[in-house]
Amino acid sequence: MKDLDDLDRFLDTMMPMHVLVGPTGHISHAGPTLRKLLPDGLVGMRFLEVFDIRRPRCDPSMKGLLSLAGRPLHLQFRNGDQTSFKGVLVSQPADQGVIVNLSFGISVIDAVGRYGLTNADFAPTDLTVEMLYLVEAKSAVMEESRDLNLRLQGAKIAAEEQAFTDTLTGLKNRRAMDHVLDRVLDYRTPFALMHLDLDYFKAVNDTMGHAAGDHVLQIVARALIDATRAGDTIARVGGDEFVLLLQGLTDRTRIENLAQNLIAALEKPIPFDGKDCRISASAGTTISIDYDDPEAAILMDDADVALYASKRAGRACHTFYAPMLRDTKDETRKTA
Amino acid sequence: MHGLVNRAIQCFVLDTYGTAAWEDITRRADLGFTAFEAMLHYDDALTDAVMDAAVGLLGKPGNELLEDLGTYLVSHPTQGAVRRLLRFSGADFIDFIHSLDDLPDRARLAVPDLGLPRLVLRDHTPSRFSLECHGSVSGFGQVLMGVLRAMADDYGALVLLEYQSTRAGVESLLIDVVEEAFAKGRSFELVTAPAGAP
Repeated sequence: MKDLDDLDRFLDTMMPMHVLVGPTGHISHAGPTLRKLLPDGLVGMRFLEVFDIRRPRCDPSMKGLLSLAGRPLHLQFRNGDQTSFKGVLVSQPADQGVIVNLSFGISVIDAVGRYGLTNADFAPTDLTVEMLYLVEAKSAVMEESRDLNLRLQGAKIAAEEQAFTDTLTGLKNRRAMDHVLDRVLDYRTPFALMHLDLDYFKAVNDTMGHAAGDHVLQIVARALIDATRAGDTIARVGGDEFVLLLQGLTDRTRIENLAQNLIAALEKPIPFDGKDCRISASAGTTISIDYDDPEAAILMDDADVALYASKRAGRACHTFYAPMLRDTKDETRKTA
Repeated sequence: MHGLVNRAIQCFVLDTYGTAAWEDITRRADLGFTAFEAMLHYDDALTDAVMDAAVGLLGKPGNELLEDLGTYLVSHPTQGAVRRLLRFSGADFIDFIHSLDDLPDRARLAVPDLGLPRLVLRDHTPSRFSLECHGSVSGFGQVLMGVLRAMADDYGALVLLEYQSTRAGVESLLIDVVEEAFAKGRSFELVTAPAGAP
């Protein structure tokens, strides 16, 4: 009997989740951690009544158990707890039954939480506590990395936004317009492309100073936004040059109305420092459906040709592109 | 220096002395920014500049500030993760002391590039220990003093700590555990949120 107590103590320390099963298949002793899991019923019960050996399948008898010696076992409590175990079983000498040693395997985190286990419930050689440490440490580090990634992503979006924005007016810049133009061409969305240039802006700059000029540009930007729809793209592509990409708008009458209203709006005096700044605008438009195979560079150039036709016609007006405009363009363009 | 170290100093100043003090320190140290990223590396000179600025502004000697930092890391509510990770090292305070030489390896498991100094523990009697920190980061021993003091409280142990004069590159601490179960320590569960009642 003393030998048996010694064996129990020895096994309790080395393997706190072991089960001793006697020759009849009944549990004669269980390690302290297992007893904590099932305080009411282990010793005296049949091993196979308490545990369901999920894999490998075996005959529910002592002989069946013995046939599993040395093999990796997957077990579960039969009481409905979801806890699963890994196990290994060896036969006791002289047909005295079997010793089964268990561990939680990968379900250990749930099990430790569910049963409120502590360091003392694991053998000092068991790395379970180290594993729990590692899971927690890695989660904390991952959390930090995720936060860093979020901040970097936010910074990236802000940087891109800046790279595509004209800082004075808040409108898009030429790079942004190139992007949008490529995209609508890819998607074959019909659109109108309007090139607009302010008239008499240089005079405002020269006589009233750059602050007045900047103010005028901001008012113009506001007017352009007000005259267009949310899906349209407006870019400031030069000192006093703007490009408007009007998505889905191909009706000439509507475009002409929009241009006239815009010019009228820009001709309203803009007060600055007690004085009025007076400007106007010339515009030229080309429409994507007029082309069999529209290309960004050609559309931009055609809108430009139409704009300079307006300049030639005495400014403050709007012209649609037509191939005949090219015949006279070269002498006057760039000098207007 | 690892961002985690710099961030620890930042959080310590913010939580202890407030935002204005921290912003003042970043200006004095000429950082050019006000928040360290925990997962990035920074030039060691920045850490030195921040510590110098903190000593200048807060009117406290450097060694005291470092010890306060160590205590803060373990005991301040916003730093719960550090305290928990340290508690994994041992079931009781003596266990914890005995696993101190593992600390740099434990830290490396979580953050491979953290680079904590090597620690050598000697047990002179069952309750009297000395701990040597070998490393390029001077002042780590001071932080460790604060950490050990706070961990002793956490376990409910009564200890005497003594920081000994440093040889080149080596800081040495004497640890005297007067009473291991002096007070009721804080509880510690291996898993924080139980996955379901038993």
